[in-house]
Amino acid sequence: MKFLQKAWYKALAALLVLYTLVYGLLIELPADVGILDETIRNLFYHVPMWFGMMLILLAAWVNSIMYLSKPNPKRDAYATELTNVGLLMGFCGLFTGMFWAYNTWGTAWTNDPKLNGVAAGMAIYGGYWMIQKSVNDDAKRARLGAVYNVFVFPIFLALIVVMPKLAQSSIHPGSGDTVNFKTYNSSQNMEMVFYPAVVGWTLLFVWIAELRTRYRLIKLHKDNEKAHF
Amino acid sequence: MKKHIFSLMALLVWGMQAFAQTANSGSMLRASGKIYVVVGIIAIIFILIVLYLFRLDKKLSRLEKQA
Repeated sequence: MKFLQKAWYKALAALLVLYTLVYGLLIELPADVGILDETIRNLFYHVPMWFGMMLILLAAWVNSIMYLSKPNPKRDAYATELTNVGLLMGFCGLFTGMFWAYNTWGTAWTNDPKLNGVAAGMAIYGGYWMIQKSVNDDAKRARLGAVYNVFVFPIFLALIVVMPKLAQSSIHPGSGDTVNFKTYNSSQNMEMVFYPAVVGWTLLFVWIAELRTRYRLIKLHKDNEKAHF
Repeated sequence: MKKHIFSLMALLVWGMQAFAQTANSGSMLRASGKIYVVVGIIAIIFILIVLYLFRLDKKLSRLEKQA
């Protein structure tokens, strides 16, 4: 019981991702997915990476704001590690997307607004890493990182969500002149796996971020102890 | 813990068979029926990764108590 109180979301993450892995490969597909064919199953693996990335980066953003309103090393640790893990998820999405694109569109990188937006967005987040690695003073690093993050996340969203939606044309679903996945799903099967997949993958990466944060806080504690001697 | 995992896996296998009876699409991936082997292997790998993560979690908790 105590285990469930402390780790319920971890157990839920494991169960949902397991469900996704098994049923994502087994469910029957709608007949009208065109050239995607069986690869439409990537909806359960590639797409949740992006959804999860946005949710985790949002959580990091909130933590950065909380740090700025009341400086606390814990908030800084959460913001930093959530950002790191969010970007890890983004890279998972990027590489799976390139592989999927290569096998569907014939090239790993198309000039789709969504892809170019993400490339620019990730480059901007590179600045966040630069601050993390190059400032030695802990308080200054935390404050700079938090301020940077507060500005970067809305820009990132604009680049990967708003701009592709406004674009003239796109080959990604739900942006430019294309329709959403929803409109051509003749079967509800896929939604029954897709939503649990988003929640499961996100929670799994949140778990990893939590582990990294706790490691960071322990290290901080040890370093402070050393400094007092 | 171990007992839970075994019952979970039994449940999964049972679920897969239930699906196997209803799904009759002639798609290439499932035509031979052996896709379940692959799914099973993916599930095993994932379960092991999760167990590993839980152990890592416990180790961190122990360190936190010391600190």
